[in-house]
Amino acid sequence: MGKAKSAAFPYLVWMVIFILVPTALVVVFAFTDRSGCFTLKNLEGVGRYSNVFLRSIGLGAAATAVSLAAGYPLAYRIARTHARRRNALIMLVMLPMWMNFLLRTYAWMTLLEDSGILNHILRFLGLPAAHMINTQGAVVLGMVYNYIPYMILPLYSVLTKIDRSVIEAAQDLGADGRTVFLRVTLPMSMPGVISGVTMVFVPAVSTFIISRMLGGGSNLLVGDLIDMQFLGSAYNPNLGSAISLVLMVLILICMGIMNQFDENGATEGGVMV
Amino acid sequence: MKTVSKVYAFLVFLFLYAPIAVLIVFSFNGSATMSRSVWSGFSLQWYARLLQDRMLLEALRNTLVIAVIAAAVSTVLGTAAAVGINGMNRWARRAVMNVTNFPMVNPDIVTGVSLMLLFVAVSKAMGGRSLGMVSLVLAHITFCLPYVILSVMPKLRQMDPNLYEAAQDLGCPPAASFFRVVLPEILPGVVTGLIMAFTLSIDDFVVSYFTSGTTQTLPIFIYSMTRKRVSPEINALSTLLFAAIILLLIVINLRTAKDGQEKTAGKER
Repeated sequence: MGKAKSAAFPYLVWMVIFILVPTALVVVFAFTDRSGCFTLKNLEGVGRYSNVFLRSIGLGAAATAVSLAAGYPLAYRIARTHARRRNALIMLVMLPMWMNFLLRTYAWMTLLEDSGILNHILRFLGLPAAHMINTQGAVVLGMVYNYIPYMILPLYSVLTKIDRSVIEAAQDLGADGRTVFLRVTLPMSMPGVISGVTMVFVPAVSTFIISRMLGGGSNLLVGDLIDMQFLGSAYNPNLGSAISLVLMVLILICMGIMNQFDENGATEGGVMV
Repeated sequence: MKTVSKVYAFLVFLFLYAPIAVLIVFSFNGSATMSRSVWSGFSLQWYARLLQDRMLLEALRNTLVIAVIAAAVSTVLGTAAAVGINGMNRWARRAVMNVTNFPMVNPDIVTGVSLMLLFVAVSKAMGGRSLGMVSLVLAHITFCLPYVILSVMPKLRQMDPNLYEAAQDLGCPPAASFFRVVLPEILPGVVTGLIMAFTLSIDDFVVSYFTSGTTQTLPIFIYSMTRKRVSPEINALSTLLFAAIILLLIVINLRTAKDGQEKTAGKER
């Protein structure tokens, strides 16, 4: 397929203009001050916010883990249903994504509030009211709710493509259900797991609306910091670029490790489990 | 076991849909105080107000125009790119995939901020034209592309490469081999990519927030309302959009069901 390569050319040009150049601009801004002179002050300034970074990573990781644990069984079940019902079910997974995420998050505000619907229900059942809004749990819940379809879709996509005869072969060779899952299905679905984890973790770590709406003022995340530097009260695009740069590098390191994982999975098949 | 998995699926769908149901129910709330959780009678007043809100309708139109253009362009560019990348040697493929993964891996907020820096610099150089529809469309295509490629790539990898070569050995020209052999094989991935691009574009707030200038899209309009106090007009709009999507889904589903029946009937004959 020698000629096929050129099909990627327009895309490569696009990426240079709209990804590489803007990223270079972020780096330039991060290392300069307002008058355009080289400085390291911005990066030093980022150090003050390490607790915010830790909180963002912790909450994002929790949301990713919950999404994977909750999403995998559903993707597996949908992949196993009859083809005609399968499309309807996967559309049901995608449908909430068509509602804007600000609205979905807003809906959770009305559910979780102290005088909200869940507390109305708790009171109706004679249970004590619970304080749910403005907690870290509420932020994780909002992340899972918003991003779980991005976990389910790639998992489903890979699981449906698995050749049934491979599974039947494993069964014929005497593997029970659990062994088939752990040694055949799960390793073969690893590319889907990797895509899903990436697609959930990245937006969860960098969100600024979910934390603002469900976390109250006390659960500030990195995204909130960046927004404040560019469009908020603390206007300082140079510091904002420095924070963005650090966030970007941290996530690239995490994902570099994930990619390594994917390469092994793709080339060595079932060796991982 | 069967029941357990059914109950589980039901619970996940309940989790996904309960908040939406709440949004819809409160779009019919008659309360004049715009309370979020106190029901005070059925009313259609928010729908009436919605149809009079010109800003909101314009934001909706902008959102749809951007989503259609961005989804179409990114699907074509992305599918071509996936085929090209798949034909590269291991080293080149790895390098290009790293660049492809970058905007996906790169947080939206950083993509938004970096594109904002680019567009502001370009518009300054071009004599101070402000950001707007053009910068929004360019930004949306950029963040949709990797999702299209990542939907198409697994299908290409799972495809037997000999199929394409076999078509060519049988005298089929490369372009025709692509459309008649490769495309049908990867079509589910292409369609997934198209739908994802469209959904992502409609749903995008973060990148638009930084690249829109003064142009309003629906999410930006909603954001400005949540900063004050959400008007149930927005609930009404969500309800209408949701109804439209359900209608679309039913139509698609009926057509696939019909296709399926025709196919099986054809086989029986």
